[in-house]
Amino acid sequence: MPDKFEPLIIGFTCNWCSYRAADMAGLGRMKYPPNLRLIRLMCSGRLDPTFVLKAFADGADGVLISGCHPGDCHYLEQNYKTQSRYLLLTRLLASFGIEPQRIKLIWASAAEGAYFAEQATQIVEQVRALGPLNWHTRRTLAKAQSEQLSQGLEEVPA
Amino acid sequence: MSKPKFAMYWSASCGGCEIAVLNTHEKILDVDANFDVVFWPVAMDAKYKDVQAMEDKSILLTLFNGAIRNDENEHIARLLRRKSQLLVAFGACATEGGIPALANLSDKQSIFDTAFNTISTENPNHILPQTRWTMPEGEITIPEMYPVVKTLEQVVPVDYYMPGCPPESHQIAAVIDLVIQVLQGKAELPPKGAVIGAGASTVCEECQRARNEKKITQFVRIQDIKPDPTLCLLEQGVLCNGPATRGGCGAACPTASMPCVGCYGATDGAMDQGARLLSAVASVIDARDPKQVEQILDGIPDPAGMFYRFGMSGSLLRASKDAWKG
Ligand code: SF4
Ligand code: SF4
Ligand code: SF4
Repeated sequence: MPDKFEPLIIGFTCNWCSYRAADMAGLGRMKYPPNLRLIRLMCSGRLDPTFVLKAFADGADGVLISGCHPGDCHYLEQNYKTQSRYLLLTRLLASFGIEPQRIKLIWASAAEGAYFAEQATQIVEQVRALGPLNWHTRRTLAKAQSEQLSQGLEEVPA
Repeated sequence: MSKPKFAMYWSASCGGCEIAVLNTHEKILDVDANFDVVFWPVAMDAKYKDVQAMEDKSILLTLFNGAIRNDENEHIARLLRRKSQLLVAFGACATEGGIPALANLSDKQSIFDTAFNTISTENPNHILPQTRWTMPEGEITIPEMYPVVKTLEQVVPVDYYMPGCPPESHQIAAVIDLVIQVLQGKAELPPKGAVIGAGASTVCEECQRARNEKKITQFVRIQDIKPDPTLCLLEQGVLCNGPATRGGCGAACPTASMPCVGCYGATDGAMDQGARLLSAVASVIDARDPKQVEQILDGIPDPAGMFYRFGMSGSLLRASKDAWKG
């Protein structure tokens, strides 16, 4: 039997609220699964959907996006834009067969360490239940391709 | 001295790229005057074995259009790579997968079912294509269809990329001119790997329509409205791919009151055209309540088909989960 599947979740957190919430969870020694790798952005509005696609294409099983509560964005309205992008992105991913449960948007203020830990736990469990995404990662494809190319262009029969 | 050799080939393509080359009008005579056309199946009779017999690197310039859909496409791509000094991925299909790559959203079985087993198809015995079939006269074969459509560079190294579905004729003429000038020692080739025959910025940059702050509460289809001829289409709620599409076509479509569908592909530095489009489109939605946003999004029935109409193979995800499974 293979070991229990440990999902890899990439988290994008904004500098002002939710990264601090994650920090707070750490300082308060609140437990949440170690499957989450955080990437700090200045603002959730900085989240280019490319980041999410790249995460999935390169081997992530799930993505957590977090920003300041509506009305609290340090750049005024950017988290609303993130919300629209997130909702559209989930629809886009669904056409590719990537389940909506693999991507989650939350609002967490700097004081909400416990909430952050709880949401992180939730997405890890949600994705664990879905199983690995196993995307045909660009990395594996690129590797196969460069091996093929480095073998040279073999004789082509007529 | 004999003239340098020119080839043009179509793999999974519609033929539009070839027409675009012929559409360069009298420029096509320059091709004839300066090149020896050795292989161009749509325009002249030549056999694969003729190409096979050529010396390696003996063709100076090959324009390769069409995506890689089956093993024959890949076979000829490899053959032409071997025989050519300059291999140009010509048109949206060769550079990014193009329209054929929309099939990357479906698995092979459903593609076959749609093509051969729907109500509009007369196929009572549900016969599907077989790569090998034994006839009384012997075995016959057809190419094996790949589960996922690839770009040209996903099977062989490519020297230049020329986007567009098809590339605009004035751009083709300019590229032909350039190659001829290089042959005459009057110009230099751009660095390998360059995008040629296109701009570096976006279609919006070339579009003459007036732009204000974009705020959208509803998406509409162009055929359902009478668009204001001077105002940005996206501002009028029509999905226009101009904001994330490479320019060079002179904003041909929005100028003709049609939204840009994105055929020139991603701009310089963009990793994924669809993601950029998604970003631009979502940012103009004027709603804060998630339910309201969802309602507005219902106006985009097929985001994948919209954002990757020409770029599925070259995108980050490249194909749906089902398609990858074959
Ligand atoms: S790029 Fe467009 S015109 Fe050219 S082969 Fe593909 S579909 Fe046809
Ligand atoms: S979105 Fe379309 S219509 Fe608007 S400026 Fe850009 S290209 Fe023109
Ligand atoms: S406007 Fe867009 S779709 Fe039309 S030719 Fe230009 S890039 Fe292609």
